[in-house]
Amino acid sequence: MGSIVQRVVATLPVMAVVALIVFLLIHLSPGDPAALIAGDLASTDDIARLRTSLGLDLPLWQQFLIWAGKLAHGDLGTSIFTQVPVSELLAQRLEPTLSIALVTMTLSIVLAIPLGTLAAYRAGSWVDRLVMLFAVLAFSVPVFLIGYLLIYTFAIVLQWLPVQGYVRLSEGIGPWLRNLLLPCVNLALVYMALLTRMTRATVLEVLQEDYIRTARAKGLGVLAVLGHALRNAAIPIATTVGVGIALLIGGVVVTETVFAIPGIGRLVIDSVQRHDYPVIQSVLLLSAGVYVMINLLIDLSYRLFDPRIRD
Amino acid sequence: MAASTTALQPPVVAGRWRWLRKHPTLILGGLLLIAVAVIALAAPALATHDPQDIDPLARLQPPSADHRFGTDALGRDVYSRAVWGGRVSLVVGITVALLSTAIGVVLGLLAGFVRPIEGLVMRVMDGLMAIPGILLAIALMAVTRASLTTVIVAITVPEVPRVVRLVRSLALTLREQLFVEAARAIGTRLPQILWRHVLPNMMAPLIVQATFIAASAVLIEAALSFLGVGVPAQIPSWGNMMAEGRNFVAVAFHIILYPGILLALTVLAINLLGDGLRDALDPRLARQL
Repeated sequence: MGSIVQRVVATLPVMAVVALIVFLLIHLSPGDPAALIAGDLASTDDIARLRTSLGLDLPLWQQFLIWAGKLAHGDLGTSIFTQVPVSELLAQRLEPTLSIALVTMTLSIVLAIPLGTLAAYRAGSWVDRLVMLFAVLAFSVPVFLIGYLLIYTFAIVLQWLPVQGYVRLSEGIGPWLRNLLLPCVNLALVYMALLTRMTRATVLEVLQEDYIRTARAKGLGVLAVLGHALRNAAIPIATTVGVGIALLIGGVVVTETVFAIPGIGRLVIDSVQRHDYPVIQSVLLLSAGVYVMINLLIDLSYRLFDPRIRD
Repeated sequence: MAASTTALQPPVVAGRWRWLRKHPTLILGGLLLIAVAVIALAAPALATHDPQDIDPLARLQPPSADHRFGTDALGRDVYSRAVWGGRVSLVVGITVALLSTAIGVVLGLLAGFVRPIEGLVMRVMDGLMAIPGILLAIALMAVTRASLTTVIVAITVPEVPRVVRLVRSLALTLREQLFVEAARAIGTRLPQILWRHVLPNMMAPLIVQATFIAASAVLIEAALSFLGVGVPAQIPSWGNMMAEGRNFVAVAFHIILYPGILLALTVLAINLLGDGLRDALDPRLARQL
């Protein structure tokens, strides 16, 4: 139990450092942050007014404490461009992004683990070579090229699926899924490559173990043996799922632009062009928070399910 | 004499060939990368048009004898722009790899050998790693004026923690090695130990890691430019070209396709080189990277 508390507490300094980095970001850049926020067209008066209204005239440590204090109360600030609270803005954009991420993850895990296990079981065969070739290619071909190839093939030439856009889940699961299919297959190819490689490597290693030989010797079938192997390969695979979240979030940002999906990734890009720093800062905090939380949960789940770590 | 050379030579040749055959990915990746580099360096000679030349009458033309890869929305020659675009990708890939490795080595060695600094450095790295790399790069681009230099910096920052973690973990092992202890026992100063005894023993994994960083940097630069937050739009980079083709997918797919293929081939070449180097330099690494 103590180790669980320790692991939970260990996320606090990470998030504190993230908050500090995110806060300092706009102060680290050369030049006046007020001028940066005001943009190229602002007059000196505008800049001065903005500086006092945003509290940028206070000492840096004071600014940080005020900002962090609000943050601790869930106040992410107000968008400079739209004058809407950032939390509201994020809430509007959350559904598409979350939909893509969840469908992609499900698709990847369901496909990658059997594929990686098969490649490991038949190591050196043509199946294995094909799987590894796929993994190398998926790591090298840019997400947005695959995205446009998918759009071109399935939406423009074959006209099976919509070209772009997003339909809310409330309008029916069918239309929602139809619009999600291409972006999710697009992203899943990359995420799958990562998971397949890791599954293959760990299962291959586990298959060398003595207990696998014992399982085979006592006459267990292929599936039962692979079951033994997968249970023991689960931890590195789960870790990769967690670490891959960062890759997935980055991929979502790009994919949303390719498929014109109004999610959080699109919001960040628009905010960069509008110099809307509170929004950018909040998205960084949110995604780092999600990353840290998911990795914490994965880590805790081993402690609960693996007796060797529990002790 | 003649007999002895014929007796000795075949095994040597066979050995060399066996080495080549043992590392096909290294050779394939290396050759591909050399081809891309030659194209980028010879851009002025290879280009058939001025990459910036606008020709409104020849907009969105499909590939033809005059325009090998067709023309874009402003009537610029896609082939000539694609050939020049390789320069941006290679410069970004190489610079980011060198820069992040250099910074990562310094911070990693400090964390590995100077106890009081270790906690601070590693906590900052944990924090940096929690923010998805491309988002951090986007945010860094948001606070600076877009230029090739700022793009390089923005991509380097998120790559540094990977190097720091690798260097520190290698340092923790090396620090306990007998030759390091011996050097310390005879009074060698720390910088000397690091330079003479520690760094040379890290070279293999560092080279492999740097290669993978170069591949990821090329991809991230293209993604940033594609999203409109990368190198300035007037510079022909593969990402910029693909961004310009975004609205013409249905009528002029070639604007996106050709730079995309070149980009994919470049990243593939670097990744194959990395895989090959990893297997050739140190088989034990295969598991860690």
